[in-house]
Amino acid sequence: MTLGPIAAVLLIPVVAAVLLAALPGYRLTARINVVATLATFLVALSLFFGRPSPTPYFHVDDLNNVFIVLTTFVGFTTSVFSASYIGHELAIGRLTPTFLRFYHAMYQVLMFAMNLAFVANNIGLIWVAIELATLTTVLMVGIYRTHEALEAAWKYFILGSVGIALALFGTILIYMAGRPVIGEGADAMVWTSLVARAADFDPALLNLAFVFLLLGYGTKVGLAPLHAWLPDAHSEGPTPISAVLSGLLLNVALYALLRFKMLLAANPAALAPGPLMVTMGLISLVFAAFMLYRRRDIKRLFAYSSIEHMGIITFAFGMGGALANFAGLLHMTMHSLTKSAIFFAVGHVAQVKGTQRIADMGGLTETHPVLGWGLVLGVVAIAGLPPLGIFTSEFLVVTSTFARSPFLALILVFGLLVGFAALFQRLNTIAFGEPRGERGETHASYIPMFAHLALVLAAGIYLPPSLVGWFQNVAKALG
Amino acid sequence: MHGISFDVAHMLAGSLVLVSFLQLYQDRLYALLNIYALHALVLALSVAWQAYVQQAPHLYVTAAIALLFKAIIIPVVLHRIIVRLGIHREIEKVVGVGPAMLLGMGLVALAMVVMLRVTMEADPLAREDLAFALSVVLLGLLMMVTRRNAVGQVVGFMSLENGLVLAATGAKGMPLVVEISIAFSVLIAFIVIGIFLFRIRERFDTVDLQALDRFRGERP
Repeated sequence: MTLGPIAAVLLIPVVAAVLLAALPGYRLTARINVVATLATFLVALSLFFGRPSPTPYFHVDDLNNVFIVLTTFVGFTTSVFSASYIGHELAIGRLTPTFLRFYHAMYQVLMFAMNLAFVANNIGLIWVAIELATLTTVLMVGIYRTHEALEAAWKYFILGSVGIALALFGTILIYMAGRPVIGEGADAMVWTSLVARAADFDPALLNLAFVFLLLGYGTKVGLAPLHAWLPDAHSEGPTPISAVLSGLLLNVALYALLRFKMLLAANPAALAPGPLMVTMGLISLVFAAFMLYRRRDIKRLFAYSSIEHMGIITFAFGMGGALANFAGLLHMTMHSLTKSAIFFAVGHVAQVKGTQRIADMGGLTETHPVLGWGLVLGVVAIAGLPPLGIFTSEFLVVTSTFARSPFLALILVFGLLVGFAALFQRLNTIAFGEPRGERGETHASYIPMFAHLALVLAAGIYLPPSLVGWFQNVAKALG
Repeated sequence: MHGISFDVAHMLAGSLVLVSFLQLYQDRLYALLNIYALHALVLALSVAWQAYVQQAPHLYVTAAIALLFKAIIIPVVLHRIIVRLGIHREIEKVVGVGPAMLLGMGLVALAMVVMLRVTMEADPLAREDLAFALSVVLLGLLMMVTRRNAVGQVVGFMSLENGLVLAATGAKGMPLVVEISIAFSVLIAFIVIGIFLFRIRERFDTVDLQALDRFRGERP
């Protein structure tokens, strides 16, 4: 049973998806959804204590181990949030029972696809998994079937497909580069054998492949100027999906990009992927920071904030070096925890206010204190204030950049400050001042939100040495 | 990889690029679908020839999928959809034949320059195949950009995916897993698209995406 945990991580969601598609009834299915994601999470945790040896299709190493655990954890907490959120949507008739079944099944399929992308050792399999994840989320974004939801889904589908098509072309080029060295057949698509022999590959082919992969997977990461789908998709779908999209799916695409960056790093003659990633990262960061100012829709606001943070992370990996890579990995983790917590809050806020328009919200800390202060805490965290975890990672990115290229660091700090001011300006409208808008009741479960924020706070104060060790190993391998 | 086998492979891949050009300026949906069927047919022939030359029987499966699914089933179904939606007579305002063709030629030139220079050491068939494949991919992208109609964009996307299949079969010995997955993803993509088209129709009484554009962005 060398494949035990990996098989379980993949099979539990599949079985759950079939079950959830077949079973009627909201209470039962929401519970099954929670139980299934919890089981997946527990199995993923066991990977920390014993990893199966790599096979041609699956492998677990320092890099993906952390992400599998993170993804299954956020998947679990989101399913808890989803149970209370969806109950409300059913009650107000935005979702019908048939669509609910579909929603739950798709949620599990998405979990399967993301786990597959992480454990896959075959670059073709990674691609398939990301395509599957994209198609599932397209369906979920369009689930409300309103004008806006359909347009968002269509835009996401078209841009996402073009992105994954370009990524596939890049994948084929990587195979072409590997074939003369490794030999024909499946071996030349196995990531572990590719990275072991990458030094002998034709650098020109590798370079070209990476450009396609960067554009392709970069579209899925939401890097400017390929980000157009992201705000629409985040704002029109059900909020649990926004949380998963922002917190997890962007990470999956970025993870794929990192795998290929490691290939390039292993070949001394290949072009340094750094400058490309630094440029795209900075453009995304500054662009998104300015875009934050004119947002009127609360979910779009935080969608642009995701673009901003993906920009920071891509920038950090582009700078490279042990410290910046470490900061990038930490920021990925912290961002997914914080951003999903914010979306949990935003989902309930939109429900109690009956709208997503920022202008119709106000004084949330007075009308709904727990929810309001939860949102405030989330925004404080995402803006990068100490002592929360994102401060740690942003601080590391900034200091490591200042030491090496002060000019880039200035742009970085400028972008961060612009975004910071925009977020607080909006937060002021939403959370404080005269209460505005409806004062709906909520039966929200706040546990997922505060659990995430507590983790982010804990990470800002004390990082467990084992986690630091893992991240440091990976940071070295990333070059 | 010399003589006739090389020439035939070359010719078929080149024809695929030509058919991509044909697609570029079709302004009626029926004609567009017919040309797409031709595109898929040429792809099937090209893949089958690769299967024969490389003595890789699994590629025949890919060829069969291209022939059955892409050249026959999808065009027929899309025909039905556009009839049911009553848009078969609609004429699309494309960018204009001249500019579209010029842009297309520019993209093909770009693909040739990039691929041929980069792949100096690869074997000649593979590099030319890749250059053609990249051309088809870029032309598919161009088509998606120049179309307003959802059906037109979908066809553009499918011809783009044909280019990817050409690239994958040109790369000798690329594992079957990937090819089947490509075909499979086309299937899924198609289902998605089909559902969406019906929903778009249901909601807007048109599949003209300009009608959708009204709802874009921030609500005031």
